[in-house]
Amino acid sequence: MKPLAVAPAGPPRPRLLAVTALAAATTLVLAVAGIVAGSSGLSVPDTVRTVFVGGDASESFIVFQLRLPRVCAAVLVGASLGMAGALTQSFSRNPLATPDIIGVTAGASAGAVFAIVAVGGTYAVSAGVLSLGVPVMATVSGLATAALVYSLSWSGGVDSYRLILIGIGASATLTGLTSYLLVRAELSLAQAATQWLVGSLSGVSWLSVWPTLVTFVVLTPIALTQTGSLDVVQLGDEVATGLGVDVQRHRLVVLASAAVLTSVAVSASGPIGFVAFVAPQVARRLGRTSRPPLIASALLGAITVCGADVLGRAVLPWTVPVGIITALVGAPYLIWLLARGNAWERTS
Amino acid sequence: MSTPSSGTAAPALEAEQLRLAYGDHVVFSDLDLEIARGSVTTLIGANGSGKSTLLKAFGRLLAPASGRVRLYGSPLRGQSARQIARQMAILPQKPLTPQATRVRELVSRGRHPHQSLLRTWRQSDTLAVNEALGVTGLSDLAERDAASLSGGQLQRAWIAVVLAQEAPVLLLDEPTSFLDLSHQLEVLRIVRRINRERGTTITMVLHDLSLAARFSDRLVAVHDGRVVADGDPWSVLTPRVLRSAFALDASVVADPQTSTPLVVPHELSS
Repeated sequence: MKPLAVAPAGPPRPRLLAVTALAAATTLVLAVAGIVAGSSGLSVPDTVRTVFVGGDASESFIVFQLRLPRVCAAVLVGASLGMAGALTQSFSRNPLATPDIIGVTAGASAGAVFAIVAVGGTYAVSAGVLSLGVPVMATVSGLATAALVYSLSWSGGVDSYRLILIGIGASATLTGLTSYLLVRAELSLAQAATQWLVGSLSGVSWLSVWPTLVTFVVLTPIALTQTGSLDVVQLGDEVATGLGVDVQRHRLVVLASAAVLTSVAVSASGPIGFVAFVAPQVARRLGRTSRPPLIASALLGAITVCGADVLGRAVLPWTVPVGIITALVGAPYLIWLLARGNAWERTS
Repeated sequence: MSTPSSGTAAPALEAEQLRLAYGDHVVFSDLDLEIARGSVTTLIGANGSGKSTLLKAFGRLLAPASGRVRLYGSPLRGQSARQIARQMAILPQKPLTPQATRVRELVSRGRHPHQSLLRTWRQSDTLAVNEALGVTGLSDLAERDAASLSGGQLQRAWIAVVLAQEAPVLLLDEPTSFLDLSHQLEVLRIVRRINRERGTTITMVLHDLSLAARFSDRLVAVHDGRVVADGDPWSVLTPRVLRSAFALDASVVADPQTSTPLVVPHELSS
């Protein structure tokens, strides 16, 4: 049996534990808020009664078929994106190396838009396409893009710098393709596709929750086996090899896990921007760790998406898709991070 | 000459008909070299002579184009990265010091090859880390952020990382570069002490020939993909070898205190 390094190669870190526990509690609170909050005029006591005692048919429908799957999807999509971001940022030692940058998101988006635009035109099949075809196409093309970027980066081993550059190239190509499909499409289809591209949880049902749940439950333990290796890889590839990490095998496991988590998450909700980038960086700063911590990043991703969703449909006076809120929060954060990074370079 | 004679234990490291190349550029074409157990061996040579390349091949950071490297008689190829890491540690030239990492945490990374799914952090790991911190004189700085250390302290911290690994063979690629003379001396004293107290086999690359002579049992001078001199410091550091390996006119005198050879450079030889 091949030994796997799971334990962090070092003494316990109480601060990170506290941050993780706090993030878990916050996730829970937001999930409850997501079930209670909504525009349907169901009062808070009625919702609580429906969950614990049971309600009439319409109350049950709202709570169990609309709100609960939506909250579950928000938590799982956010957690998947957060963990995927932590994985790619860690193994590449680069905070910009998110699954978005290395092409997975652009690939999944191109696949989904193709499914909507090319097949959705036939009115009879469009319902089937939207509920099943789009997620399948998104997942498959996201994974295919990841595999393509990985194999193009291969030259006696995968170098993360080359991987990022090739990923950026693949992203640009696929985004161009997506734009072309949108421009050529019928107006109603283009609008449906654009709505999907924004990233929204409004169309979510249990059907889109199950794949994300299974993926997250299966891939989390696999990702956690790489904890020790991720810590050691921060010291450089040569040091990591010297300390017994099979660097290429480690990269393949990390990259494949991140690609699957991202593709499945994107297929459920559309590309929710900046979560995979921001959540791991916030988790790393809160926990004061040398790299983004996996579990805390997943929880912060869940908090971001779930919080943005609650904000978008219950707090703001008009409904805003979750992807727009995360972008509005994420992009300024990116700018702030880069500006502060420059300041550090100047002073050192 | 490449196979160990029967009855004796295999050397710590052996290069057998080693061919090392970066793409089409061949650095060594057919190299045989043995590193005896418990010795301190230093590879010397001019910039670009291939000494670091050779060290990387010993440390399996560079896969040979042909030939093989044996560690205690077993070929490196075919052993898992972790298996090798328990027997051989390597400190490369430019390790990365991660942010927000305390010295103790950095040194504890050296225990990675001893951890597994079934064997998580234990008391023995803490002891190994404490000992590595003690040997390198970093016990008082253990809770400091590694990024806040001075150059000399940081280099000692990196030596502590490979010490915590507790491997019987240790490779060091220019462990004293970028350090001032007193900190170079400090690092090499630690290296010599590890060799004496733990019996660790040490192979390193150094630029300062006089320090190399003082702290090594054996010097191997490399030039143009060949070993041009190999032996104890006095037999290797001769004006003739210095001229062929470094294109340097120099005299070699005895250190008044340690009586090891000192190289006094005069002129670049034409």
